[in-house]
Amino acid sequence: MWDYTDKVMDHFRNPRNVGAIPDADGVGQVGSLACGDALKLTFKLDPDKKRIVDAKFQTFGCASAIASSSALTEIIKGKTLDEAAKVTNQDIADFLGGLPEQKMHCSVMGREALEAAIEHYRTGKSVTKTISGEVICTCFGVTRDEIERVIQENRLTSVEQVTNYTKAGGGCGKCKPDIQKLLDKARTGWETAAAAREPSRKMSVLEKIRRIEETIDREIRPLLQKDGGDIELLDVVGDRVIIAFRGMCARCNVAEFTMKDVVEARLREFVSNTLVVEEGSK
Amino acid sequence: MKTVYLDNNATSQVAPEVIEAMLPFLKDLWGNPSSMHYFGGQVRKHIERAREDVAALIGADPSEIVFTGCGTESDNLAITGAASSVAGVRPRIITSRVEHLAVLSPCLRLKEQGHTVVELGVDNTGRMDTEEARAAFKAGPAVVSIMWANNETGVLFPIEQIAGIAKESGCVFHTDAIQAAGKVPINVGKTPVDLLSISGHKLHSPKGVGALFVRRGTKLTTQMLGGHQENGRRGGTENVPCIVGLGTACRLALRHMNDEITRVASLRNKLEKGILASCPDTVVNGDTVHRLPNTTNISFKYIEGEAILYHLSDIGVCASSGSACTSGSLEPSHVIRAMGIPFTLAHGSIRFSLSRYNTDEDIGHTLANMPGIVKKLRALSPFVAG
Repeated sequence: MWDYTDKVMDHFRNPRNVGAIPDADGVGQVGSLACGDALKLTFKLDPDKKRIVDAKFQTFGCASAIASSSALTEIIKGKTLDEAAKVTNQDIADFLGGLPEQKMHCSVMGREALEAAIEHYRTGKSVTKTISGEVICTCFGVTRDEIERVIQENRLTSVEQVTNYTKAGGGCGKCKPDIQKLLDKARTGWETAAAAREPSRKMSVLEKIRRIEETIDREIRPLLQKDGGDIELLDVVGDRVIIAFRGMCARCNVAEFTMKDVVEARLREFVSNTLVVEEGSK
Repeated sequence: MKTVYLDNNATSQVAPEVIEAMLPFLKDLWGNPSSMHYFGGQVRKHIERAREDVAALIGADPSEIVFTGCGTESDNLAITGAASSVAGVRPRIITSRVEHLAVLSPCLRLKEQGHTVVELGVDNTGRMDTEEARAAFKAGPAVVSIMWANNETGVLFPIEQIAGIAKESGCVFHTDAIQAAGKVPINVGKTPVDLLSISGHKLHSPKGVGALFVRRGTKLTTQMLGGHQENGRRGGTENVPCIVGLGTACRLALRHMNDEITRVASLRNKLEKGILASCPDTVVNGDTVHRLPNTTNISFKYIEGEAILYHLSDIGVCASSGSACTSGSLEPSHVIRAMGIPFTLAHGSIRFSLSRYNTDEDIGHTLANMPGIVKKLRALSPFVAG
């Protein structure tokens, strides 16, 4: 069985907002029977046409597809259109307490349906799926734009991850070299960006600490606080950054993962790529 | 919550009699059968007794049974071992598109090593075209591997006929009988197969033991090197408790064969008819005439297999699916695809596989809940009108 969270199972067993709004302002439909999952999202705006007052879904798919759709409707209800347009697939996964890596495509399907529905409201065109640009994966009809976007938004680094998030490469597998090229391109972009941020002169100790603090405040803490956690900077010794997890993070069994994949990755990106993060004992 | 286990083609309950038979070999009789002392040596005769029991299930001579570590190993040994034993040539490998991966994967490996691999197709009920097979067999030396019964649909291949045609053309013939052994009568005395695979845990013995029938005179290159065991055909100290368990399980299977093909089949039929009658837009996948007595594979239109399985699991019913989400890949199972089942049905296919331990109550419980589950999921589906 998949390692679904209790929240995924709850939304699967008791899906919220099932159905279709008859006089919906926005309608978005993605996926197909052939693909193995499909989602139709409808939403209704308030009289000012600003805020989403109701959202309903219909989904054909596995437990996590149903849960992701249910979560999507709960997330967007009460949001303005502009706020809703900023919802990412990661927001859907986070709402559910996470999804198994191989099921991340369910959250991407949610984000795509939302986009299609907003697009439908704004242009009046009933788009079933926005196809723009070259199709990379012909088995599942996944375009270059979609793959590049998911790579960027989720900072993906392997073909397997791209398949988990978009299904691209999960059929005959012939497009895997093309996906690798897109990954290489994205990685080069990130490295260039990081190099640009790398100071040309050696940072003073004071400046390094200041930038570490800024990055923790701006990039890291908000992420951890979403899950009821927090972080404290204890010391900086050369390139060693010593931190302590607080709140939920302190008891979290994936803290090790968070430390490397969130804290260290962000600090390397925004301060210096030679930093190593360690957990202090305080 | 009572468990209703309808997933016996995945694995099966170890029979209580099997556990009893095994215990002495875990507790007291733990010696090495190859040892030159009474303590180890006394174990040998129990292995040979088990060999007789396995042989009896399929009408073989005990000397033709090689114990292995699992069904997958049996398939690997048969195909790879036979392919490297044909003198002077690199034989073609002929198999079907609906084989288990334990067969298809070694075939793929041989293809990478330069063998020509031919995969025979099936029709939409999972049946093979024997004339197409005949033509393929005639084209030169080949190792053929065609399953006795399909694990996902339960469809039985006419192995007696296919093996006969293969032998006329001089092919080496292997059959994966992992799903068939213990569920339908097998007699290698009447069916001209050279190699036949059996897995313990599909017939109420523990996991970790299998057997390969190797007809006398069949050339087979040993794959597991390192010991003289099994007449040099499979090295490694014998898994004595599990071998004894497999022997007992085969004896029990023979005893219960009639029950399997009558009572278990009628329970399966009741389940199948009940679902078709109570849930609209459902179809049975595969040939329903030539089929294992315990298996049914049913597609539920407009809904997806994993979602059905999780709802079944919530009420204690264990089954499996050929849907993409459960096959570990993003596409429906290769068996369902090879049969040309449309995607509208493939993603919602559920396999129920019974055993002699199932009761009328089990089927009643499943049937009582199935319409509600289907209705609930279809209420969510964008493909159901209204």
